Amino acid sequence: MIAHPLVRTIGHRLAMGVLSLFVVSLIIFAAIAVLPGDFARATLGRSATPATVAAFQKQLGLDRPVPVRYLDWIGGVVQGDFGNSFSSGVARPRTVMSIVGPRLRNTLLLAGVTALLAVPLALGLGLLAAIYRNSWFDRLVNAITLVAISFPEFFVAYALMLFLAVKYPLFYSLARISPEMTAGDIALRIGLPVLTLMLGTVAHMMRMTRASIVGLLASPYIEMARLKGIAPGRVILWHALPNAWAPILSVIAFNLAYLIVGVVVVEVVFVYPGIGQAMVDAVRTRDIPVVQACALIFAVTFILLNLVADIVAIATNPKLLHPR
Amino acid sequence: MTKTDDQMPEGGKPGLSRRRFMECAAALGLAAPFAASFLGAGPARAEPKQGGTARFAINDGTQTDSYNPASWLTSFAQAAFGGTLCNGLTEIAVDGSVKPDLAESYSASPDLKTWTFKLRPGLAFHDGRAVTATDVIESFRHHMGPKSTSAAKALVDAIADIKADGAGTVVFTLSGGNADFPFLVSDNHLAIMPAKAGGGIEWEKGIATGPFKIVDFQPGISLKMTRNPKYHKPGLPYFDAVEFVSIIDVAARTNALVTGEIDYMVDADIKTLTMLERNPAVEISKVAGVRHFTFDMNTKVAPFDNADFRMAMKYAIDREEILAKAFLGNARVANDNPVAAQIKFAVDPKPAHAYDVEKAKSYLAASGLKDVTVDLSVADTAFPGAVDAALLFKEQAAKAGITINVIREADDGYWDNIWQHKPFVGTDWLGKPTIDSLFTTVYASDGPWNDTGWANAHFDDLLKTARGEADEAKRASMYAEMQQMIHDEGGAIVIVYAYFIDALSRKIGHGPIGNMLQCDNFRMAERWWTA
Repeated sequence: MIAHPLVRTIGHRLAMGVLSLFVVSLIIFAAIAVLPGDFARATLGRSATPATVAAFQKQLGLDRPVPVRYLDWIGGVVQGDFGNSFSSGVARPRTVMSIVGPRLRNTLLLAGVTALLAVPLALGLGLLAAIYRNSWFDRLVNAITLVAISFPEFFVAYALMLFLAVKYPLFYSLARISPEMTAGDIALRIGLPVLTLMLGTVAHMMRMTRASIVGLLASPYIEMARLKGIAPGRVILWHALPNAWAPILSVIAFNLAYLIVGVVVVEVVFVYPGIGQAMVDAVRTRDIPVVQACALIFAVTFILLNLVADIVAIATNPKLLHPR
Repeated sequence: MTKTDDQMPEGGKPGLSRRRFMECAAALGLAAPFAASFLGAGPARAEPKQGGTARFAINDGTQTDSYNPASWLTSFAQAAFGGTLCNGLTEIAVDGSVKPDLAESYSASPDLKTWTFKLRPGLAFHDGRAVTATDVIESFRHHMGPKSTSAAKALVDAIADIKADGAGTVVFTLSGGNADFPFLVSDNHLAIMPAKAGGGIEWEKGIATGPFKIVDFQPGISLKMTRNPKYHKPGLPYFDAVEFVSIIDVAARTNALVTGEIDYMVDADIKTLTMLERNPAVEISKVAGVRHFTFDMNTKVAPFDNADFRMAMKYAIDREEILAKAFLGNARVANDNPVAAQIKFAVDPKPAHAYDVEKAKSYLAASGLKDVTVDLSVADTAFPGAVDAALLFKEQAAKAGITINVIREADDGYWDNIWQHKPFVGTDWLGKPTIDSLFTTVYASDGPWNDTGWANAHFDDLLKTARGEADEAKRASMYAEMQQMIHDEGGAIVIVYAYFIDALSRKIGHGPIGNMLQCDNFRMAERWWTA
């Protein structure tokens, strides 16, 4: 019996995703292997004698050949074990997950809050702009979002900080959060980073929503629906939107991935303890297991979100769902 | 003896803000006359008082920071753990001299090979355990031995043996006489922590003897601490609680200070300093330290093996212009002497090397070299402003007929692949508090960081003799002679001594600020108060 085409497509995409991840893991490992400097030198500094460096490298297992180290690492990763940070003491192991885990949670919090606010806002604005296209509202929304996206993030961040933290202290200039804070405190603390990220992502999603709907509005079946006398709003929501999901979703997926993997600048400006900073920090100290884990998490995020976007796009598209 | 780092090996980003103060000093400067310059700082505030809290922003905390004193590399670790959580046997006083800390007193045998330290009576760790000679011995052994990967290993290499003499006395036997040993043990890595029953120290819990106890530590983010009520220094510390915060980005640090999220920031940005100075709630502290920036010529490689050519180079650089343009005035001009003025036995060798095209030309003629072209390797990580300084030097030297090709190297790997590999490089030296530690590591022929390839048997002899000499006058004359030799013949063009430029909230009171290490010799949490 032949499986449903949707199931087959999903299976195919999953297999491709796993393959991509494998290739990415190879690239990550190779790239890090050619990085100049190593943890032993970074730690010992210039007091390092060749003998001490060699002893340290042996202790860290860096004296083994690269393929062996790769197999060791990837073998652990597929079992969910990212290994220990190089900063582990002999008697006091620090797992990579204990370093990356809390940072990842912080990043997901920031990305989640931003997405919850930005995605509905972008969709709503996009739909309204499509419905009232070429009106003053459409033009205004377009102008504002384009201006917001045209400035580099750090500029937007500092501008917001200047006005909303220094001149009118509504928010905090530091987004340091800690587990014992209340939800209200955390909201105030992450207010500015969320705002910065929203300004950077809303425009992209909103314009894609508007463009794909406007593109469909010229189709014959929309014409038909209009001729039947259906209200413009209903035409857009019931007839145009289902066919417009694919491009919109892929842009949303792209922006969600960006919120997780691309926000290091915002993290640095607001001193937010997210995973981007963790990775930069690890590169600085050459804590390779942490760098590898972060890079892999980023790759998984990208692949997974794109996978979900693809699948949802297929599942919601009548044409793809019922191929003839 | 001392071989700690003078600088970070792996690059941070350019700018004073990103420097990591690796391993600063080993043994710290003998009783130098107090010379802290408070150029921008206001007068020290009135009477210290108890209470209040302080939040200090440091620029380089990382998630690999831990309580293990062998691994303290960042200035975050050295200030928060070395200077605030812990004490050593001795400490560097504000005036740069050494004074007893956990030790009540110390004395040496006439040959300076055996040093006896007596602990203060009644010392206790944060959890109430008494501090004994065993704790001291294990704390030192933690860094010793062939398998040690400690940042302070080189410091303790000269220790041949440590013995307890009763519970309160420790006797060090050195492999050679060393008059600077009390400075050496003041290094913040040689912090005293509780010994374990089977040997080794118990660093994991962060229990030590310092003015503040650990409350919460999130590596790379922040460290919260509370007052140690049983601290051994009467009346200290003043704050009830302190927090160290890691803020890498200098703009973020500045914003945090201006909005009152923090009370102190290390390494203010010299580019925006004038604007920060206008803020009435902020005080700028500029302290001329022992850190210095150099262009180092390898004296073993042509044309730098020619002493006249080296002299031509020393006269072909306009330090004043570089100070004004590359460092915006935030440094002190140096005179080809790596020994900063506040270090004991420092002299100012004559004649002063100032920009003099005619002298440079005459030395160039004397060298017999014509149409000389040399490659100068620099990177932003070499020292803050290194590329600008090199480009200025290129123009200045061109007037004396010397062509300098400025080669901009990659920041990453600069200390591994360029420094000590290329013959003419920019270098950032964090400096040493004693002449002996500086010369032993950088200018002795077998010094591990002798990047100028300087090898002079008489210099090496003097260095060894001075170290084991108890007579101060004799030491002074030997050190003066050595500084003159480096000034006249050495391969280092010492451009300037850098300032520590920090910004403080006016809510913080302080006395004179130490000028050997940053962060008031890393002990600001203990010394400062709420104004």
